[in-house]
Amino acid sequence: MVKISVKNLNIWFDSTQALKDVSLDIYANEILSIIGPANSGKTTFLRTLNRLNELERQFRMEGAVDYDGVDIHSLDTQILRKKTGMVFALPLPLPLSIFDNVAYGSRMHGIKDKKILLEIVEKALKEAYLWDEVKDRLSTSAFKLSGGQQQRLCIARTLAVGPEVILFDEPCSGLDPISTAKVEQAMILLKETYTIVLVTNNVKQAARVGTRTAFFLSGEMVEIDKTERIFTAPADDRTNDYIEGKFG
Amino acid sequence: MRNSQRSQKIAFSLLFSATLLIVVPVGLIIVLIIQKGIPAIDWQFLTDIPRKGMREGGIFPAIVGTLYLVAGAIVFSLPIGLLAAIYLSEYAKDNALNRIIKLAIVNLAGVPSVVYGLFGLAMFVVFFKFGASILSGSLTLGIMILPIIITASREALESVPYSFREVSLSLGASKWQTIRHIVLPNAIPGILTGTILGIGRAAGETAPILFTVAAFYLPKLPKSIFDQAMALPYHLYVISTQVPNVDEKIRYGTALVLLVLVLFMNLIAIVIRYQFRKRKKW
Repeated sequence: MVKISVKNLNIWFDSTQALKDVSLDIYANEILSIIGPANSGKTTFLRTLNRLNELERQFRMEGAVDYDGVDIHSLDTQILRKKTGMVFALPLPLPLSIFDNVAYGSRMHGIKDKKILLEIVEKALKEAYLWDEVKDRLSTSAFKLSGGQQQRLCIARTLAVGPEVILFDEPCSGLDPISTAKVEQAMILLKETYTIVLVTNNVKQAARVGTRTAFFLSGEMVEIDKTERIFTAPADDRTNDYIEGKFG
Repeated sequence: MRNSQRSQKIAFSLLFSATLLIVVPVGLIIVLIIQKGIPAIDWQFLTDIPRKGMREGGIFPAIVGTLYLVAGAIVFSLPIGLLAAIYLSEYAKDNALNRIIKLAIVNLAGVPSVVYGLFGLAMFVVFFKFGASILSGSLTLGIMILPIIITASREALESVPYSFREVSLSLGASKWQTIRHIVLPNAIPGILTGTILGIGRAAGETAPILFTVAAFYLPKLPKSIFDQAMALPYHLYVISTQVPNVDEKIRYGTALVLLVLVLFMNLIAIVIRYQFRKRKKW
């Protein structure tokens, strides 16, 4: 089932074109990994899906992005962003307590009942594999957590809103290998319930967790296929060169 | 190597002496005012009305007047200034008109205070017919400190990391929710710094209150905001230049009270700011 369908997407920031005629479908309950070198347009693509690019001045786009068959521009941005959660490259806890971080989205959507909030927070923290580490200190500042814990907190915060799609923007770029493994483990289990789009600089990470993998280069999508296929028999030589580390 | 060490020493002594040059006069002023003013300070001086052509008695009406004026100026300018700052930093598009508006506000902070005084006279005293009153004086002082509050608030709002806003928006919060729950709480220390500067300026200026509120000699307390009032800076000016044979210690005593009053009001703001800074952790 197609969850998000992108057709002929072109994006410019001022006069620089960031994405060139990208078309791809994202299926429900898959992990789509997007790999590619810096400045290949991966993050721009991701930020198109929750319309975060539109905050930038000089942003211009052509083409269509459909979410469950509906053009995202005819959806209310708040509803769209509620459905498509995002985890950023660096752990970005808000300057609030652990509890308030996770409860933030729900509160903004009007949930005030303390008991319901507590349930939501507990469920989200468990899904992000953080509950056991923080359950005794929910009221301490989120900045007291380690980098890896902070990133899992950010995942929990995203889950607490009840999204259908989660956009990961290089979620492990600032983490050590052990923390990375924990985040990846969380992602694989989240796939059962959510649709995941993962932008990553780490080719091996895409190989480990991706259902399908897309390769972006200089704003173009070179190819997209099942992850095994991309890593064993890519159709395009450039994909092969990138995966083998000949450039990057 | 030797050369760089020498220039290092020269740079250090230049920077150090520049700092000293600033600190020493300030220290001297404070020491002088305390030394000459302390003998005048007693309970009667602080709580009595001026007597015998202001040569004896106390300065209570002037203290009360200054407190009223500063409070009035802040009550008027803090909400308006903050709202304007939020609009300018969060909502206004980056176009030529808005850039001119921002530049104009920054420059308004440099307008001489006597110009604000004349404006207040024409606008509040005459046009709105508030007369010479606490209301006119507070509004004039409020307008004078608006640019300070707007500029400081804008800087405080803009210094909240952009990523916090993105996170909040990405969770489906609206723009106003993001401002209300994320941006504003983290900007409060900076906004209070602007308020402190505003308080100091409003308490100390003579020219803006000269035509709009200040009474030369009014040995009773104001009963409403439409009354005239005495104020410390104007009182100081009067007893220093307009009334002959005022004892030196009364003049310095008045200056000392003004200094302590401003310090005290700043202290309140500093304590609040400290409470908020403790929470800020990034």
